[in-house]
Amino acid sequence: MPDDLSPRGPETVALSLTVNGTSHSLHIPVWTTLLDLLREGLGLTGSKKGCDHGQCGACTVILDGKRVNSCLVLAASRDGSEVRTVEGLASPDGALHPLQEAFIKHDAFQCGYCTPGQLCSGVALLEEGHTRTEEEIREWMSGNLCRCGAYPNILAAILEVARKEGRA
Amino acid sequence: MMHHPLIGTPQDRVDGRAKVTGAARYVADFETGAEVLHAHVLNSAIATGRIRRIDTSRALAVPGVVEVFTHENRPRTAWFSSAYKDDVGPPGKPLRPLYDASIAYSGEPVALVVAESYETARYAANLIEVEYEAKPHETDLLKQLPNSYVPKKRRSGINPPPRPKGSAASALENAPVKHVARYLIAAEHHNPMETHATTVIREADGKLLIHDKIQGAYATKHYVCSVFGLSEDAVRVVSPFIGGAFGSGLRPHYQLFLAVMAAMALERSVKLVLTRDQQFTIAHRPETWNEIALGAKPDGTLSAIRHKAVGSTSRYEDYQEAVVNWTNLLYSAPDVELEYELVQLDIETPSDMRAPGAPLGAFAAESAMDELAEKLGVDPLALRLHNDTQIDEVMNKYHTSKELRAACQLGAERFGWRHRPLAPRSMRQGRELIGWGLAFGAWEAQMQKHAARVMLDAEGHCTVGVATADLGTGTYTILAQIAAEALGLSMNKVTVLLGDSALPQAPVSGGSWTAASAGSAVHDACARLKAELLLAAQTRNDSPLVGAKLEEVMFDRERIVLMRDPMRAVSLQAAFAAGGRPRIVADGQAGPDQLTQLRYSSHTHSAVFVEARVDEELGQVRVTRVVSAVAAGRILNPKTARSQVVGGVVWGIGMALHEEAMPDHNLGRWMNHNIAEYHIPVHADIHEIDVIFAEEKDLLTSPLGVKGLGEIGIVGTAAAVANAVWHATGRRVRELPMTIDKVLGLTPARTEAR
Repeated sequence: MPDDLSPRGPETVALSLTVNGTSHSLHIPVWTTLLDLLREGLGLTGSKKGCDHGQCGACTVILDGKRVNSCLVLAASRDGSEVRTVEGLASPDGALHPLQEAFIKHDAFQCGYCTPGQLCSGVALLEEGHTRTEEEIREWMSGNLCRCGAYPNILAAILEVARKEGRA
Repeated sequence: MMHHPLIGTPQDRVDGRAKVTGAARYVADFETGAEVLHAHVLNSAIATGRIRRIDTSRALAVPGVVEVFTHENRPRTAWFSSAYKDDVGPPGKPLRPLYDASIAYSGEPVALVVAESYETARYAANLIEVEYEAKPHETDLLKQLPNSYVPKKRRSGINPPPRPKGSAASALENAPVKHVARYLIAAEHHNPMETHATTVIREADGKLLIHDKIQGAYATKHYVCSVFGLSEDAVRVVSPFIGGAFGSGLRPHYQLFLAVMAAMALERSVKLVLTRDQQFTIAHRPETWNEIALGAKPDGTLSAIRHKAVGSTSRYEDYQEAVVNWTNLLYSAPDVELEYELVQLDIETPSDMRAPGAPLGAFAAESAMDELAEKLGVDPLALRLHNDTQIDEVMNKYHTSKELRAACQLGAERFGWRHRPLAPRSMRQGRELIGWGLAFGAWEAQMQKHAARVMLDAEGHCTVGVATADLGTGTYTILAQIAAEALGLSMNKVTVLLGDSALPQAPVSGGSWTAASAGSAVHDACARLKAELLLAAQTRNDSPLVGAKLEEVMFDRERIVLMRDPMRAVSLQAAFAAGGRPRIVADGQAGPDQLTQLRYSSHTHSAVFVEARVDEELGQVRVTRVVSAVAAGRILNPKTARSQVVGGVVWGIGMALHEEAMPDHNLGRWMNHNIAEYHIPVHADIHEIDVIFAEEKDLLTSPLGVKGLGEIGIVGTAAAVANAVWHATGRRVRELPMTIDKVLGLTPARTEAR
């Protein structure tokens, strides 16, 4: 039996976080992941939990400009950070991000569960400049699993936006 | 004036915006915040035996833990296992979670922790001490093959193999050309991106609002009412979005039972989300062994088919699927013997998984046909077409339609099949050998009883309701197309509601039957609504439509128009004003036509062409090009239809190259219970996939002429990849997945080792 586990709760810690442009001052248990904080704490359920082990990419968010698996980030370790989730991709007036538009046009999803992660990865990928060729996009998107098998359509969507923006 | 068609045109998904903005709500997205309790399951560490002692005291001492449930303090639920039967389960005694101290498989739930936060529940589960009394277990299918048996009770909806025709044994003995071989397909797990989950909201009056990962809301409702003895009006199931299921959500799983049990006992709302590890403890595609023997005349005409398959099942249920029937469905032969048996293992009951049975049998049959073609020295496509049949020889019926030959021609042309050299190892580029392979596939086109409701108001707003689910298949969109076209509305005037047990009854969405069945029910409801609306439009004596019959008018751009004189029309608004009602509601029905079923057999068909590139030194396989040519009746929405088939092809590539649930026979459990080690295709694995739909007119299958597309994409794909790998390398791999060791010939075939 594991003797090192004891029946007591975790410490809490103060944290300030800007999520999709809104700043939050929070007190959270130290064991809270960024994903669980977003979903259960802030009610931003767009980011999805697919594995909780950084294996599927469904929880991908853009953290200080970089895409990360939010299930692997302890929220307490990112005090003062800026987070962009799928809910923050469209403009405040509701106009969709070009990649969101392209996903709809190219039918780049079926069940939609991996879609928030695919979109956040794709948006960050465009900004990182890793969309020069089809092969490059496939390689750099391979951390985002899609069980429905929408891969060819996701590729088409990212490629279209990359070409329009002169990034392909 | 032309009616504006929507059916048959490519349409963006109507739920697209919700899905790209994160607004679509899946099971775990409901009820966040402090009101809901979180539950976490502890699973059995042994494969079989019993719990000798279970101590929950340390877990209960964790601040924030509300309760820990085990078999010792489980609230009373239904006594008989029959109460736990679901709508589609196989014969046997369904799992009763936390029922007693006995353990039927590794991963069976043994305790449920309920706490104020998810983290607390998960942590406390680690503090539960369980002492087991393990018994010897058996999880090895091949070791148990001598104990295989024909299931005593057949599973409803699954056709057992037909009686033997002639004598396959003597026909094989006399056949001038013969091929006999064994084929094995590893167990697979569905692994939808959303794990199974249930959120139970306990309302003030004690009624339960349940969000459950299920392929049809009524399946959950029936189960919960039966197990917990609740009245129909005490339970409502609402699951508008399902994050993929692929068959894993056809039956209710233990998280539903546990979440409802906890919510009722604690009188609180409870959310229970399975972890990815736990996703490997609820359902899987059974490991399946095949032995196939083909006999042929020197001209390639098949004289005999013998195909036997043995699949694994649990100790408590006889899970069954159709594995061997497809072989004789695709190919004609005078002497045929098809057999299907089971082996019981100490595992969880397998489950339907995308095209259950079909790609397993097709892998054996379509690999064997290729091997026969090799022996005959003929083109494998020519051999297939030579033995193709227009009659379903399994059921002895005519097909409602079968445009496989047309699909095949289109596919072969697009792929460039005629440029394929006959001999293997004929094509190479750099370090890669290139091979071209193909296979046929078939799947049932079915209708299931569905009800639908359609409501229209004077502003032309239409609401369509069916209780079945959209698993990502595109049901929301095709139902909107059907209603919009029938009522002459634009798509954005139609709202489709699905996945709610308050809507008219429908079965689970599966078996590729939803488009045909739900679509026909909506079509029927629209027809009834149109009749009522026409009556309303004719209420006034001076109506321009006076005397017009329903078949003489059309509904176009929010007007009812007399076809022979388009100047005579009534707007929807005027019709509603004349009728004096603010809205009209109509119910529709659809279901199988029994007379047609008696006379005809109905299937979708496909021909899949694959290019594989194999690194000669590393044994790495890349599927660089796929053409899947499908004959599936009328295509409602070419955009979502193509996606369905592309998805099936991706699954076929996964089955061929990646997917393998690896059992540890010492521990009696799956070793690779996560998606880093259970491999599914990723972006980098998938290249060009081309989908072609052959024209197929078929009004016998369903009133809309639709056959369904959920399964056909996967069926022949794995076999076509194996055939392409042979053509590239000259090596025949008969066991899936074709991992590098097998492609390089470093691993002896497991089916031959015993």
